[in-house]
Amino acid sequence: MEKWYLMTTVVLIGLTVRWTVSLNSYSGAGKPPMFGDYEAQRHWQEITFNLPVKQWYFNSSDNNLQYWGLDYPPLTAYHSLLCAYVAKFINPDWIALHTSRGYESQAHKLFMRTTVLIADLLIYIPAVVLYCCCLKEISTKKKIANALCILLYPGLILIDYGHFQYNSVSLGFALWGVLGVSCDWDLLGSLAFCLAINYKQMELYHSLPFFCFLLGKCFKKGLKGKGFVLLVKLACTVVASFILCWLPFFTEGEQTLQVLRRLFPVDRGLFEDKVANIWCSFNVLLKIKDILPRHIQLIMSFCFTFLSLLPACIKLILQPSSKGFKFTLVSCALSFFLFSFQVHEKSILLVSLPVCLVLSDIPFMSTWFLLVSTFSMLPLLLKDELLMPSVVTTMAFFIACVTSFSIFEKTSEEELQLKSFSISVRTYLPCFTFLSRIIQYLFLISVITMVLLTLMTVTLDPPQKLPDLFSVLVCFVSCLNFLFFLVYFNIIIMWDSKNGRNQKKIS
Amino acid sequence: MAALTIAAGTGNWFSALALGVTLLKCLLIPTYHSTDFEVHRNWLAITHSLPISQWYYEATSEWTLDYPPFFAWFEYILSHVAKYFDQEMLNVHNLNYSSSRTLLFQRFSVIFTDTLFVYAVHECCKCIGGKKVGKELTEKPKFILSVLLLWNFGLLIVDHIHFQYNGFLFGLMLLSIARLFQKRHMEGAFLFAVLLHFKHIYLYVAPAYGVYLLRSYCFTANRPDGSIRWNSFSFVRFISLGLVVFLISALSLGPFLALNQLPQVFSRLFPFKRGLCHAYWAPNFWALYNALDKVLSVIGLKLKFLDPNKIPKASMKVQFQHTVLPSVTPWQRLYAQLIAILPSIFCLWFKPQGPRGFLRCLILCALSSFMFGWHVHEKAILLAILPMSLLSVGKAGDASVFLILTTTGHYSLFPLLFTAPELPIKILLMLLFTIYSISSLKTLFRKEKPLFNWMETFYLLGLGPLEVCCEFVFPLTSWKLKYPFIPLLLTSVYCALGITYAWFKLYVSVLIDPPIGKTKKQ
Repeated sequence: MEKWYLMTTVVLIGLTVRWTVSLNSYSGAGKPPMFGDYEAQRHWQEITFNLPVKQWYFNSSDNNLQYWGLDYPPLTAYHSLLCAYVAKFINPDWIALHTSRGYESQAHKLFMRTTVLIADLLIYIPAVVLYCCCLKEISTKKKIANALCILLYPGLILIDYGHFQYNSVSLGFALWGVLGVSCDWDLLGSLAFCLAINYKQMELYHSLPFFCFLLGKCFKKGLKGKGFVLLVKLACTVVASFILCWLPFFTEGEQTLQVLRRLFPVDRGLFEDKVANIWCSFNVLLKIKDILPRHIQLIMSFCFTFLSLLPACIKLILQPSSKGFKFTLVSCALSFFLFSFQVHEKSILLVSLPVCLVLSDIPFMSTWFLLVSTFSMLPLLLKDELLMPSVVTTMAFFIACVTSFSIFEKTSEEELQLKSFSISVRTYLPCFTFLSRIIQYLFLISVITMVLLTLMTVTLDPPQKLPDLFSVLVCFVSCLNFLFFLVYFNIIIMWDSKNGRNQKKIS
Repeated sequence: MAALTIAAGTGNWFSALALGVTLLKCLLIPTYHSTDFEVHRNWLAITHSLPISQWYYEATSEWTLDYPPFFAWFEYILSHVAKYFDQEMLNVHNLNYSSSRTLLFQRFSVIFTDTLFVYAVHECCKCIGGKKVGKELTEKPKFILSVLLLWNFGLLIVDHIHFQYNGFLFGLMLLSIARLFQKRHMEGAFLFAVLLHFKHIYLYVAPAYGVYLLRSYCFTANRPDGSIRWNSFSFVRFISLGLVVFLISALSLGPFLALNQLPQVFSRLFPFKRGLCHAYWAPNFWALYNALDKVLSVIGLKLKFLDPNKIPKASMKVQFQHTVLPSVTPWQRLYAQLIAILPSIFCLWFKPQGPRGFLRCLILCALSSFMFGWHVHEKAILLAILPMSLLSVGKAGDASVFLILTTTGHYSLFPLLFTAPELPIKILLMLLFTIYSISSLKTLFRKEKPLFNWMETFYLLGLGPLEVCCEFVFPLTSWKLKYPFIPLLLTSVYCALGITYAWFKLYVSVLIDPPIGKTKKQ
């Protein structure tokens, strides 16, 4: 690639933005007794370093699970252990058992932020760069612009470098998985994806498309010949990588069960805090969380999730293509986010990642979605005092998208990938010609609402009777947007191949 | 928002670049700021709460007002906005006051006044044609130039991390240069006169302005061989120029003349009592001179030529005393500076080459003053780097000098930021700017001979190991407590080599370059 230097500058810009955001506050800074995710990560270092593996997930006098008990899969625990060794080398106080609770200092913050940056630099950023280089049918310049936009996506930056988490690790592994699977290195891809699941169980949102895509590939090759071999190989890879990750916990059945109980805390309720999904938004009208018994909630959310992602998955098994795979990733993750049980507001990042991957296919809609996804985390970001970096990075991202894709000129039906859909609607409704204009108006309304709501949340005090008024409104508006996107992406997926066939006929 | 819609509507790359860097500046708000932050807060307080007659007498804080009157008025205007942010920062006795609102106000005032700089860059891009090769946007000289100026590493860290108001001052300078390029000489002279009364460091480049305006504006015609035609002198032009400069100066200094305070003002502006060397060694000729002295004294001690009892203790902070080489007085430094400037001025007079020649002379003036000046701060290198950017997109030779000068000059600014959280920022931004500038200019001049010879490449690559030694290896060694100044010394001497080399190379290219008239004949 002759433009390597532009790619380097793009990566450097991404890194600079990440580091400048990391100078800001983190979740739970100076807020005893529970602090926030920053303390959780530090606490995990303390636990994994000082306790034997067998006690990591168990409640004990040394490991109070009520205080940020480990509830992520083993790979996170190993990562914490690795960081703890480095911390021990720099300052043992940071991870001393019991006494280090709520430890905060400038040097420690610097250390924690550096661990995020290094993990990001090793896993997520190379995956993004490689993904953009592997994109087909677009010019070098567009590839670089695409990388810039993905690296500037504010949601991930703000959560990882502001709020404090290691999402770039799990998302990075998932991205390596997508890369591998779409480049036909299926085994490597599934290995990377297994690592992602074993880092964060939320990656299961992406698992169905992976499963369906690989299964579809096997079917395509013929289940009696090559396809069967591939299937066996894939199964072996997955099982082997899981065994490898879980090895210390397989010694006793109780260990494995306890880890699983920690990973899937069914008793924590349908949703926590304010999430922009159906249940939380619906809760405004009807308190389903209190009315329905827990197991009914579980079944209900399962049914809704399953039904909403079924069509896209079936379609992917029947017609596996890497483009369809990316779109199915979006719609499945979105279904999970909207309908499933125990969703966090940060889980929207799992939808944002695949949306970033389709930025070059549907720039207008992807930019819109990514803006909404950042907006949906506004209450969380405000709580962490990240208003300034949020606004600035969002604007930077928007400008990057606008200049590199000139999104406002790409709103025709063709470029929204809605051509075949509107053609088939027009066979019944000949006057259906205003789709792209409607979408433009919707975009305008959506952006104006987001800006106004942000301004109101920041400047106005909520009425005393409704202290959560603005955050509920934010969730409600975002949820409406997400529902619209779910419909949109499902339409694209379902009408995709017809479009392809039509084109073939024409050519 | 208006700017946003413009950028959105046309997909305009210039607005995107400008907005992008503005947003980056906003992200830099929580970074470390130096004592200059308190300096400017104090000036806000002085100009806001005291009558004009006391501006240059007030000395509650050690950071007294030592910029010319226009800058004081600038602070006065700012203070009337500041009172809506936090009244407390406008109290003269509130030393080292930095509430979060004060921080926001001061940072945003820098970001906001940078608008002038953005406009100036826009004007410069219009008048610099540059080399036309690629069709692609990223290979156009205008694009490269605007990135080099807008995203300039030095300006970013000096203004938006370290804290100063250089952005709009350089904006004025670039704008006046652009006006001279556009043949709007009066405007150019006006802007430069205003600039001088904002910050007197720009006196360094005043000779270039004076001679150029006299030679190419007051004399309206040349002989065919390019030499001066004495009878073409236009008195109208000369007098109008003089009038502009006089009026500006009267506006600025008049009130103080009326109050009979001019000597006090000048004693604040030119504090000859301050120490000889600045806190750090600026990477110039004297750094090399001092280092040579040090080396000679060490050798002398080893070989027992010198008496160890007479050697003063080494320290960076106090006045440097020479042991072997003769000490240099401020006046001798001034003479050296003037002598260094003279050839370039002669060149401008005898071989006029239009605005481009003027620009070269201006850069040489700035650089020579930096090389030999008294009490030079390392930040002054920006005075040469920013105008040099304009030249760099025009000719391969200039590009090569520019890259050496910029890279070493920017690296020499590293000691300004010494706190740990800012370490990644300065390294990342430096890499960003250096990689971009070198690669883009290489792409621009790819059809000509390579920009660097092996020696220059080797030197520039050496900056990497130097940084690793100074910031990562040295703090781990036992020398850290005993000789804390070694990294600074190494940085300064190493950069001084590069800057001296760039200065020399540029000077040679200016002196050798034949005048336009002659080349045409040949």
